[in-house]
Formats: sequence, C-alpha cells, structure tokens
Amino acid sequence: MNFKIASSPHTHVRRKTPAVMLFVAIACLPGIAVQTWYFGIGTLVQICLAILAAVAAEAACLKMRQRSVLPRLKDNSALLTGLLLGISVPPLAQWWVVVIGAIFAIVIAKQIYGGLGQNLFNPAMVGYVVLLVSFPLSMTLWVPPLSLVEYPVTVQDTLMLIFTGYSETGFSLAQLRVDLDGYTMATPLDTVKTALTNQQTYQEILNQKVFSEGTGIAWFEVNLAYLLGGLFLLQQKIINWRIPVAFLLTLTLFSFILHSASPDGSASTILHLFSGATMFAAFFILTDPVSASTTAKGRLIYGALVAVLVFLIRNFGGYPEGIAFAVLLANMAVPLIDYYSQPKTYGK
Amino acid sequence: MSPIKEISWQGIWKNNPALVQMLGLCPLLAVTNTLINGLGLGLATLFVLLGSNISVSIVRNWIPNEIRIPVFVMIIASLVTCVQLIMNAYTYQLYQTLGIFIPLIVTNCAIIGRAEAFASKNNPLLSAWDALMMGTGFLMVLAVLGAIREILGNGTLFSGADLLFGEGATHLTMNLFNVEESFLVAILPPGAFIVMGLLIALKNHYDKRIENLVVGQQKSQKIERARVTLESQS
Repeated sequence: MNFKIASSPHTHVRRKTPAVMLFVAIACLPGIAVQTWYFGIGTLVQICLAILAAVAAEAACLKMRQRSVLPRLKDNSALLTGLLLGISVPPLAQWWVVVIGAIFAIVIAKQIYGGLGQNLFNPAMVGYVVLLVSFPLSMTLWVPPLSLVEYPVTVQDTLMLIFTGYSETGFSLAQLRVDLDGYTMATPLDTVKTALTNQQTYQEILNQKVFSEGTGIAWFEVNLAYLLGGLFLLQQKIINWRIPVAFLLTLTLFSFILHSASPDGSASTILHLFSGATMFAAFFILTDPVSASTTAKGRLIYGALVAVLVFLIRNFGGYPEGIAFAVLLANMAVPLIDYYSQPKTYGK
Repeated sequence: MSPIKEISWQGIWKNNPALVQMLGLCPLLAVTNTLINGLGLGLATLFVLLGSNISVSIVRNWIPNEIRIPVFVMIIASLVTCVQLIMNAYTYQLYQTLGIFIPLIVTNCAIIGRAEAFASKNNPLLSAWDALMMGTGFLMVLAVLGAIREILGNGTLFSGADLLFGEGATHLTMNLFNVEESFLVAILPPGAFIVMGLLIALKNHYDKRIENLVVGQQKSQKIERARVTLESQS
C-alpha cells in the first residue's frame, strides 16, 4: 500500500472577509453595466447614494457603540449592502428613498443585532422591504428600457429626477413612463400580473411592447449578466453551489408544472427565470453567508424554500415580485433548518 | 422608601407595565399610530384600571380564593362597558377610530395583573395609587409611541386632537414637515414593533447608566482595610 503524504505546508489560505465582499461586489459589475446600458445612468447614481449612506450609517453606529471604526469599515460589508440595495431600487427614484433604505438596513437590520455576523436577516433585503412597504409608489416606478420611452432621458434629466423629482423639461417620473401610444409601461412581471387579473391570456400579454420573444426586453439581458457574475463567484469558490442550484431548480420545477397545467393563466418558466431579480437573488442575495443556512443539506432546503415562496408570491400574492419577502421569511426559518440539518458526527 | 414613593417608582419606571412587564401589547401596538389615539386608549385603560383596583380592593376579603379570577373579570368587564358607553356618548369619532380595542381592554393583562398582584392584597387607598401610577406608566408609553410613529409616518403631531379634547383643540394639530410620500412602515404594525423595541432598549440603556453611576459612587468611597492581626495594629 502506498500512502501518499502531501508535502507541507498543510494550512489553507482562507480569503479574509474584505476580499470575499470585494469579490462579490466585482461579480456584480457585469449586471450593473447591463442595467446601466438599458435603464440609464440612474442605476449608478442610486448605487453611489446607497453606498455612501450605508458606509456613513455604519461608521456612525460603530462610533456610538464605541468600536474601532476604520478597521471594521474596511471589511467592505457596508459597501456591499449599499451596493445590493442600490441595484434593487428603481433607477429614477428620488434620492431620499434609497438613503432611508440604506440607513435602515445598516442601523436596524445589522448594527442593532450586533454588527456583521450577528444579523438574523439580510440587511439589504430588510432595507428593500421597508422601502417597498413605506413608499409603494416610488418603489414600483421602474422606468421602461430606454429604447422604449417616448422622451429620451438624458443624464441631466436623470440627476434632476433623482434630486428634485422633475426632469429638466418639467416632466415627472409618472409621465416619462408613458410610451408612444400613451400607455404606461411597467416591468414584465408587473405587466403579467395586471393583465392576468384583467382576464387576458398569457399569449396576448406577450404581444405587449415590453416583451420580445417570450422574455422581457432588457430584463432578460440583465439577468443573464448576473448569471455570468454568479458563475464567476462559483468558479472562485466564494459561494457554495447548493443555494443557487436548489433555488433555480425548484423555481423551474414549480413554474413548469403550473405553466403546463394552465398555459394561458401563468407566466412561462423562462420568464420566471429571466425576469425580475431571479438571477441577482440566486447568486448575490440568497448566498449571504450570515443570514443563509450554513449546513450542506440546509442550504438545499433554504434555496428550495425561497424558490417556493417566490413562486407563490409571484403567482398568487399581491406583489408582482416576491424575492425580498421570500428571503426574509426564509431567513426566519434558518435557525430551525440549521438545527435539523446538522451533519452526523463520524462514528456515531 | 415609603410605600407611596415605592409604588410610584415601580409603576412609572422600574416595573412599567408596557416597557418591563410587556403587558397589554396588543392594544399598545395596534392603536398607537397617532398621539391622540394613544392618549385616548391610555386614558380609557387608566380609568378602568383605577376603577377595577379600587373595587377589587374593597371586596378582596369577601371573594373566595377559588373564583377570584372570574370575579375580577366581571368587575373589569362592567367597568370597560361603562368607559365604552361614555366614549360612545362624548367622543364618538375617537370611539369609532379605536373600534374593537376599547372592549378589548377587558383582556388587557395589565389590569387583571394589578388586580391579582396588588389590589387583592392591599387596602383601597394604596390600590388606587398603584392603579394611578401603573396607568400613568402605560399611558406615557402609549403617548410616546404614538407621537414617534405619528411624526415619522405623517410629519404631524396632535392630529385629530379635536376627537379627544373637543372642537377647541383643532388648532393643537401641528404640521412639522410635509412629505410627498409618508413613511408608511412607521404607521403600519411593523413600525410599532420596531419603535417599541427601541424604546425598551433606551430604557435599559438608562437603567444601566443609573446603575453605573450608583456603583461608581460606591467605589469612590474610601475602603478601609480591617486589620485583625495583632502585628498590624502596632
């Protein structure tokens, strides 16, 4: 018998927290780029605002808790929370929306629980849900892709809209969402939800302007870009494959069954997978190392649970998109999942 | 501390029904979306508590121990019905705003808790004072919670003051700032839980500071070593 003995050193070099956070942020870049390309410079402004607010809130909280400020800011976690929140809010929402969300995410959802590693809920999603519940109007005003709007939104318009609420020529955001024919355009998922309640069939809905070849214009590409970033994270071994795979497979399975059962009354699998925040959530939100499950089996359960909740909310709930709610609900279940999915000790 | 002082301290701060005992959380969280609603329910609870504590204390020696809880509940329920009818007559709009939470005062554990823990063991005068202090403690939390949620959510204070204090109080309503979209989460139930949690945290923070102050004073006193051996005495 030949026992191979690897030569020293045997210790692994673990990536430190700041590097992990930075890698996740970098993996977001393709998605952000595509989002900016289709929805305008507003996305970048929102991200900057969110990051600034999050880092400032983190610093203030650390100071109040009498912790060392700079070393803890350097773990990049506040930066990442701000980044994820900035990506999630509508690009032309007014500035105070995202600032309130970021402050809430850091102060209430993270620092009050005791800072990084102690929070029960995903801070970015808490911020998002608070915004969605508090400012339903601002948070649902997604601009249509730039190629579809009647009045092109310039960089100056974007800044004016975010900081004053009106564009340079005096249009409000609600007016800018109107298309050439005078119809207000919403996101693909929103359109599907509204039209289905109006007794239209799914095939009719797909003829609307915001769709092309069965998927939402721009949203398909945005999701593809986040999928790419997610695969990069997987390849770098920053995130574990279990949560995204369980999430996407379960969502595919459930939406396939429902769509096969009623092709006219429900959205197709491809629309479920490539619209809204599906890919972004699968790789960037669900995989939060603090608030997600940490055992091997638990991760599969966690991913599947979020997928079931997302599926239920999208198809039968009041909101067109349900990822933020699903993530928070699943976060609540994590201690239980972890408790019952502990691996067996060897030899017992 | 004299019993009167002790009761006041217990009711308003140390053993506050809302912040420490956490009793009656359901109405506390449900109706405090404005200051006036909080005040209205707080006053109603205060009156019921006062009445129930006095009545229970008067009859405490005649109630058989086995059936004391049903008797307490009946006393409280009849008082709540009185308060409900009075509010229906004099502050009708507030009565409608508070809705089911007025009759639900019957189930407020703070009231039956005081009847059981205090009034059934003490004389009417002390019981009345206890009810007043406990009720005030509860009322203060309701008012503060309502004020914070109203300011955050609507940017106003004392909105609907005429519902409680009559027409003349309309000018009390203050518009602190105008917002295009109100911060709805503060008005909705989650906001109540969050603000309540923050209030409790704040109270604990002050308790700790007071404790530290007291301990610090004790430490600064000179500690003299007690010498017991003969050698050291010389």
